[in-house]
Amino acid sequence: MVIADTLPFAWHLLADIQQLFHYHFMQNAFLAGTSVAFAAGIIGYFMVLRAQSFAGHSLANVGFAGATGAVLFGIPPVVGLFLAGLLAAIGIQSLNIASRQSRQNDVAVGAVLTASLALGFLFVHLSPAQNATSVYTVLFGNVLGISDTDVMVTLWSTLLLTVILVVIARPLFFASIDPDVAMVRGVPVRLLSFTFLVLLALEVAIAVQIVGVLLIFALLVTPAAIAQDVTTRPTVAVCVTVVLALLFTWSGLTAGYVFPYPVGFFITTFAFGTYVLVHGGRSAREYVARRQPVSYSRSRAGETQ
Amino acid sequence: MNLLIADVLPPFTPNLWQDIQVILRYDFMRQALLAGTILSIVAGLMGYFVVLRHQAFAGESLSDVAFTGALGGAALGINPFLSLIGTTVVVALAMGGLGERLRGRDVAIGTVLAWVLGLGVLFLSLFTAHTSGTGTGFSGVTVLFGNILGTSPEQVRSIAITSGLTILVLLLIARPLFFASLDPDVAAARGVPVRSLGLGFMVLLAITISQATLAVGALLVFALLLLPAAIAYQTTSRPFVALALSAALAVLFTWLGIVLGFYTGYPSSVCISLLAFVSYAVIVGGSSVRGS
Repeated sequence: MVIADTLPFAWHLLADIQQLFHYHFMQNAFLAGTSVAFAAGIIGYFMVLRAQSFAGHSLANVGFAGATGAVLFGIPPVVGLFLAGLLAAIGIQSLNIASRQSRQNDVAVGAVLTASLALGFLFVHLSPAQNATSVYTVLFGNVLGISDTDVMVTLWSTLLLTVILVVIARPLFFASIDPDVAMVRGVPVRLLSFTFLVLLALEVAIAVQIVGVLLIFALLVTPAAIAQDVTTRPTVAVCVTVVLALLFTWSGLTAGYVFPYPVGFFITTFAFGTYVLVHGGRSAREYVARRQPVSYSRSRAGETQ
Repeated sequence: MNLLIADVLPPFTPNLWQDIQVILRYDFMRQALLAGTILSIVAGLMGYFVVLRHQAFAGESLSDVAFTGALGGAALGINPFLSLIGTTVVVALAMGGLGERLRGRDVAIGTVLAWVLGLGVLFLSLFTAHTSGTGTGFSGVTVLFGNILGTSPEQVRSIAITSGLTILVLLLIARPLFFASLDPDVAAARGVPVRSLGLGFMVLLAITISQATLAVGALLVFALLLLPAAIAYQTTSRPFVALALSAALAVLFTWLGIVLGFYTGYPSSVCISLLAFVSYAVIVGGSSVRGS
């Protein structure tokens, strides 16, 4: 916020970009933000495809318990975050299989979310008072305070995550679209869905320090939701999702640099604005198409899901 | 907050009757128990329909929306309660308008939620920038995690009035709502106004969640809304038995949790939520062992 005064935005694009990368912390923010957004784009596509937005939201909130627990027990935040995410993934998966509505996992997800929020609050309560301010960092992240080590951790885990996802992409896609047929064909549906939850937890663990518990969710869900509206072809959709996630992150970081408001607000607002435009445009087109029966049938044929 | 209280409180004795008398001697405990009981009954009843209609995500989102609404009111200088009710009802209507399709609804709720959280960040930064160091006694942590031991007599009164009305309306629409939740298509064919019932339920949910969030925090609201109802859903398939069981369990968890928090010094919302979660896990685990 202080920085914005020292170097004004000049509407001179090249000079502005040079200024933006003049500071080491901005370079780090862009590097870490880019890799987080990249992974979030890919994994977010599958999350939306599998209708697991609630699970994504909960795993992000589980990060709260992980981070505050790590502070309390004195372990590195990334380890605490990932452990918490892993436990939550196991919890969701086993409650899900055991409960009566095993296809509708929202109750299991909600139960795990409640438990983790309660534990997180307990950890905050138990830890010394000066740590209470770090609650806000955990919740909202600190995109401008990323160390070089954080950047390296983020880059490597993004690479790992992307490789695993690319390997399991095809069976995962199959299992997400039609779990019953996939199971009959011998695809390990349950194992895949558990692996996916663990990957989601890993992505959240690395992203929480950068963008915070509350905002990683925006990068996961909104670009994928827009892509779903734009195209139905999986490869194209993944690409659109990643590109959008990167665009929102970059523009959000830049806007947060220029204006004295939080980066997270800009990222979510740009993303949501785009979603409203795209979704509204599509709804309007569908409405028009519905009034002209001939083009209606043609447009429906193009977008069977 | 609760730590201070715990130091001067009497210790737990095996004489339960005496313990109850000791607890009820404190004003704040009487109010907490009263507010907790009323909120638990409402949350238990509403929660059953939330579980039945697969709207856990919507419910959770509404308590996050309430967080943003309260912060926004505080940042812009509007009465927090009005801005909270206003925001949640508008968002609830938007969610209800998204229809009964599960797959699309999940994404749409997520997208709206993500933006609302972003707005919350903005309001928080505005709020802390304007009132830094003045200590207005309002913080994001309170809204998120609440403090049921801090409910004032006025809050208890307004909770009682709103909750009474909510329960009344809910019991009036319970039968058609149950029908519409179980099988929307058949219900619509039979002339049940499925869509307006869904919207009405969302508005009720928004009112319940927003006033409860202000009093006891988002964590406790969601725990009471979801977990007792989930246990009831798991144990019985008869709707009115499940409704009663869900409300009874919610009240039980709240009482036990408050008393536990009273003696251990831990936050009561944590005690209530963890108690409810452990019971849910045990019930689900037990029934799956029996089932297989």
